[in-house]
Amino acid sequence: MDSTIIIEKSVIILVVFAITMVMAMYSTLAERKIAAWLQDRVGPNRAGKGGILQPLADGLKLFSKEEFEPDTPNRFLFFTGPAIAMSTALMTSAVIPWGDKFHLFGRDIILQASNIDNALLYIFAILSIGVYGIMIGGWASNNKFSLMGAVRAGSQMVSYEIAMGLSMIALLMMTGTLSLREISLQQEGMQWNVFYQPLSFLIFLICSFAETNRTPFDLAECESELIGGYHTEYSSMKMGFYLFAEYASMFISSTILAVLFFGGYNYPGISWAVENWGVNIANLIGIGVLFAKICFFIFFYMWVRWTIPRFRYDQLMNLGWKILIPLSIVNIMITGIVILRHEIAVFLGF
Amino acid sequence: MSIETISLSGRKVQVSNKEMTFLERLYLVAIVKGLLITLKHLFSRKVTIQYPEQVRTMSPVYRGQHMLKRDEQGRENCTACGLCALSCPAEAITMKAAERKANEKHLYREEKYAEIYEINMLRCIFCGLCEEACPKDAIYLTTSKVLVPSSYEREDFIFGKDKLVMPLEMAMKNAQLNNAN
Repeated sequence: MDSTIIIEKSVIILVVFAITMVMAMYSTLAERKIAAWLQDRVGPNRAGKGGILQPLADGLKLFSKEEFEPDTPNRFLFFTGPAIAMSTALMTSAVIPWGDKFHLFGRDIILQASNIDNALLYIFAILSIGVYGIMIGGWASNNKFSLMGAVRAGSQMVSYEIAMGLSMIALLMMTGTLSLREISLQQEGMQWNVFYQPLSFLIFLICSFAETNRTPFDLAECESELIGGYHTEYSSMKMGFYLFAEYASMFISSTILAVLFFGGYNYPGISWAVENWGVNIANLIGIGVLFAKICFFIFFYMWVRWTIPRFRYDQLMNLGWKILIPLSIVNIMITGIVILRHEIAVFLGF
Repeated sequence: MSIETISLSGRKVQVSNKEMTFLERLYLVAIVKGLLITLKHLFSRKVTIQYPEQVRTMSPVYRGQHMLKRDEQGRENCTACGLCALSCPAEAITMKAAERKANEKHLYREEKYAEIYEINMLRCIFCGLCEEACPKDAIYLTTSKVLVPSSYEREDFIFGKDKLVMPLEMAMKNAQLNNAN
């Protein structure tokens, strides 16, 4: 391994980290703005032009708040909770292909921090660690509401992870690879997976709402029942980390949705653009397209939040275990039958 | 025709408890409908009034801050009869009467006047009953744009005669206008 690849990867990692942070920061503003607009209000518009500096003001306020600690025997765990939530939210972005490749300084630069073969598996692993941040934080708070929130988050994540994984299997049977880069390349042009696996997309979408703890599945936070759920006892920047982690993971799961089902950086006419305008410009457009898709999904998350009320806890469990899991198994069977038919047809020479 | 089916307003709707169909039980259609409704609101006109820059237009019969009137010659109308205080549902008004001296005839119209007249603006509900009760046309809830200003001290909200009595120049100007008409 030469030193240039280290520089190249470091730059990509830094840029991705910065972009994730900025996106999470401005998601908080976007959330407040969209909430306001959907309710016929204007939203925050005093800090900077049109409220553009509001996230900075919020951050400053959180930093300057008193650091409160409950009387807890698990002081170490109390500090570990937000740290885990934040780091897992940021770790998943390592395997996401942000574009195909640039051709710069006589070398091909793959726009991916690390192109590992089992990227999808890695993402699932990290996502399931994310719940530990909530569980540990809620447990260490030494507060019944926090504990309730943590317990709810735990069982919710476990039940929806199964449906999520099963919905993925149908997709994997089709793509035949776990590498996100391969999956992106397969969806060239308009051959997006959502057209081949609509049911899988729907299940995955619902599960991502549950995984990111967003309404209608924000049972872990549930301010009307549990005050603030797992972050009731948190204050200052530890609280900020939890909130920030939620927005960061929302950004990441929007990215995963865009990459897995909506073609990632692909757009109709990408091969034409590569031929006529060169690789670099085609890729720049690709990155823009990917971010447009991501922004749409972030908007969609917020749009749903201000449309659908929160589920009751038994409804949540019913939906997860009795509807989504059987549905994803049926989806796997249908996919299997279609693939088998196709192979038999090929074998017989139709 | 049984009593259950009569609808005088024409808006009566029979509530049904029928089983939902499979499509309805999926809720996806309902969710999409809801999303479209919220999307419509995204583009609708915003109702917010940007307060310090824009001010909501007041109603023409709006009741503003109180004023103790003077007559055409600049004398105070109030005789401290106490009917306003009696009629006040919030018990915001208090006063102390005094007898007019011989050399104060140009100040007060009647022989008795209010030495102290206080309205607690934190208690006042701006109902206008004091104005209705007053037999001497002394107290009015003005339509001026003057609102009770905010303050850090409770004492600042007890308005005495210095803030309530109509300024002398205003009384003179009113008298001139009345004469012109």
